[in-house]
Amino acid sequence: MNDNIKTTKKEKNRNEFLYFAFRNRKLQIGLIIILFFLILAIFGPFMTDHKIYAYANPTGPTPPNSEYWFGTTFFGQDVFTQVVHGLRSTFVVGILGGGIGTLIGIIIGFTAGYTGGVLDEILNAFTNIVLVIPTLAVLLIIAAYLDVRSLFTESVFIGLTAWPWVARAVRSQTFSLRSREFVDLARLSAVKPIKIIFSEIAPNMMSYLVMSFILQFGGAILNAATLDFIGLGPTNAISLGMVMQYAVQWGALQFGMWWWFVPPGLAITAIVGALYSMNVGLDEVFNPKLRET
Amino acid sequence: MNLEVENLTVYYQTLKGKVRALENATFSIADGEIMGLAGESGCGKTTLGHSLIHLVPPMKHIHGKVTLDGKVLPIAQYEEMNPYRFDEISLIPQYAMNAMNPIRKIGQMTGELLRAKKHSYKNILPEFKRRLDLVQLSHEVLNMYPIELSGGMKQRMVMVLSTLLDPLLLIADEITSALDVASQKAVSEMLVEFRDKGFCKSAIVITHDISILYQIADTIMIMYAGQLAEKGPTESIIHDPLHPYTKLLISSLPKIGAKYTEKKLMGIPGKPPLLLNPPRGCRFRKRCPAAFEKCVEVPPFVEVEKDHYVACWKVMEDYDYTR
Amino acid sequence: MRKYFTRKILIYLLTFFLAVTIDWMIPRFMPGDPITNMLTRFSVNTNAIEVMHDYYTKNFGLDLPVWKQYLSFWSNLFQGDLGISIYLFPKPVTEVIMNAVPYDVALLLPAIVLSWLAGNHFGAFAARSKWLDNTISPLGYILTATPYMWLGILLAWFFGIILGIFPIAGAYSYSLSPTWSWQFVLDVLHHWFLPFVSLFIVQFGGWAIGMRNLIIYELESDYSHYLEALGAPRSLVRKYAFNNAILPQLTGLALQLGVIVAGALVTEVVFSYPGIGYLLLAAIQNQDYFLIQGCFLFIIIGVLLSNFIIDIVYVLFDPRTRKGMTGETA
Repeated sequence: MNDNIKTTKKEKNRNEFLYFAFRNRKLQIGLIIILFFLILAIFGPFMTDHKIYAYANPTGPTPPNSEYWFGTTFFGQDVFTQVVHGLRSTFVVGILGGGIGTLIGIIIGFTAGYTGGVLDEILNAFTNIVLVIPTLAVLLIIAAYLDVRSLFTESVFIGLTAWPWVARAVRSQTFSLRSREFVDLARLSAVKPIKIIFSEIAPNMMSYLVMSFILQFGGAILNAATLDFIGLGPTNAISLGMVMQYAVQWGALQFGMWWWFVPPGLAITAIVGALYSMNVGLDEVFNPKLRET
Repeated sequence: MNLEVENLTVYYQTLKGKVRALENATFSIADGEIMGLAGESGCGKTTLGHSLIHLVPPMKHIHGKVTLDGKVLPIAQYEEMNPYRFDEISLIPQYAMNAMNPIRKIGQMTGELLRAKKHSYKNILPEFKRRLDLVQLSHEVLNMYPIELSGGMKQRMVMVLSTLLDPLLLIADEITSALDVASQKAVSEMLVEFRDKGFCKSAIVITHDISILYQIADTIMIMYAGQLAEKGPTESIIHDPLHPYTKLLISSLPKIGAKYTEKKLMGIPGKPPLLLNPPRGCRFRKRCPAAFEKCVEVPPFVEVEKDHYVACWKVMEDYDYTR
Repeated sequence: MRKYFTRKILIYLLTFFLAVTIDWMIPRFMPGDPITNMLTRFSVNTNAIEVMHDYYTKNFGLDLPVWKQYLSFWSNLFQGDLGISIYLFPKPVTEVIMNAVPYDVALLLPAIVLSWLAGNHFGAFAARSKWLDNTISPLGYILTATPYMWLGILLAWFFGIILGIFPIAGAYSYSLSPTWSWQFVLDVLHHWFLPFVSLFIVQFGGWAIGMRNLIIYELESDYSHYLEALGAPRSLVRKYAFNNAILPQLTGLALQLGVIVAGALVTEVVFSYPGIGYLLLAAIQNQDYFLIQGCFLFIIIGVLLSNFIIDIVYVLFDPRTRKGMTGETA
């Protein structure tokens, strides 16, 4: 009978969550925007015949027209092609970099928060140190070492430097949860710590974890854009940051070629903004205090 | 008369609909009276207490009038109610432990609050200190932050604060619930002392612990599922209850010295109704041993004996009460 | 409080030590030989190269055993000697950096402090009414999601090119040289404005959003309810909520410094503004290891110092830290 109660309660909670989730304006708008760009990223490259770096337009730079939807660059390259391919890189870096950062942060945060004591002190100090060091400076220097950089390595490095935020949040939540009665109960029943973490603590932190990942996703995109813009992006792919870099380097500002630098930045702003919006929406769903009745 | 409440109805606005937490409450409290307000969790006693002083969303004032010392209280208008709060009607909250701003010294906070209400902190300070002495708090607390005080000290501090301006009516919301028995005694006695010394004229003591009320209350009012069940002098309620619910409630209290090996401890079978869609008429009729056909109509809250009010058709019948 | 500070200082010292060590390792692990790289730029006669190579190797101390180099690095550090720049040979690194620091401070200090103050007050203001909240919040999200460089580009394009009222390159006009004259100062301000606005706006959005969420949380707290029940005017309730909400925002500021450094760097690139970020990038592009070392070190020191200052300010604001209970987990 207890299992019955447990499952019905879980179902009820899930249903209540879904009910609010689908009604939440911010979540809806964010999701729609992300899906739009995702579809564009996946199918966009099939919509153009132009190659990324091919000098498609012999007359050089032109504003948007029916043939070149986003116009062409200084060298006559099709901006639309570059942007949709860049979108793919953006999503890869966001998911991969964000995912790695979230994963590392969760592992360190859980361990620190649950075990406490000396291990917690050490991990906490470590987290604080990585947090304080301005990661871009480190990334700059590392990236400068490597002559050949792939999208993958960029994501890995971003993930390796962005995890402290997640670790802090996860640690403090684990701290407060582990002293709760149901965890004590599990401990008294001699359940293994790993099992306790997964079956008692994690589900109660689900909301935190999802929101952390969303924030990491957005942060990774912004970090990657910064790296790419200063010329330390991947050498085997194009990204939105790189498009902006080329634009600035080749005088798009001075020549007024707005179609070259507006779309990539706009895409990043829209995607990251949508992610933040989803984050707030989820916060409202999980914390009734913030809901608008 | 000090407090007169007429047909006060307050609902909670939720996403699932209106929760009918308080339905047509009509009663009065005399000068100097300490009225205990008791009942099960969710019976509406906190709603009643808070609606008198802090009626904010999701609470919604449906209808009803509240008169304090002859003046009608604008309980539904937040801003118009402000002049009355603290000066004439005051609250000792359930969350007294966290009630003070953690990053302000207590004396400083009190001063800012009083000045914001156009009172002079300097003038009130001597009396403030006298009251601190009364509850055995050192004057030093004025210079301390809330975290430097123990739970009991914070409780006493909040009691002094809430009664600082000698309000006409004091609402004490579950002030003994989180305390050990010895502290419960001290705090309850403090409340009576406040009333005796004139720090408040009358008081409503909200609690689920009837035994405390037996010690300090002049009258007790019992609520059930948002409706008033019975109100009367403490002795009558405890030793001679009239409403079926009150009878069951009193008899279910464990008595000191009694052994329950032979006679089981009595409870009341069933559960209180959900107030989203409460049953028609008397909300206790589904569990009431004395219910009959008339109970689908809401019984009126009438005075069947001197100062003893009951809302029950059966009781009215027994007293040959005719409207 | 002593425990709070000793802990913090220990972490800072540890971080500093670690950072300096990493910093020292930079040229040693670069592919290639820094001296050879430098010499190839001088297009020297091939015969002379070997002699010059020996000379410079000795000069830069690269012939000493590794541990000796490490220790001499520390001692040089405390004497303020960061080596000679290769890119801007023969200027000492310290001098190059010191030339850039004033521009960075002038840009970053007002941008950070003003955007923090303005953003927090604005966020608190937005929480006052549903209508305000619904119009201002989305704006905040968009602003904080905007990449620094893109905003810089847009501002440069619109105000610099199209409207032509602001310059978009450098810290001052090329025709002028730094002097303490009104003309120079005004010119500097003229150049400073767009990068400043760019940094200000993005950070402003972030603080506004954060504060708005915190204030809503504080307004639902027990002490807020108690004040309301005692008839405190709304302004007092809001004031207390703000004072409580500002504390996590202060901690947040310390944590954001690393991000702000990144934003400043990229903004400096867009506007060719000669701050340390711009210098660091130029150093990397020119493989000037000593300049890279120096810039990195300065950035680290700056961030650690700012963190420390914020920690002190925090203690002043939150009495709980003084009384032994930390308000924020350090």
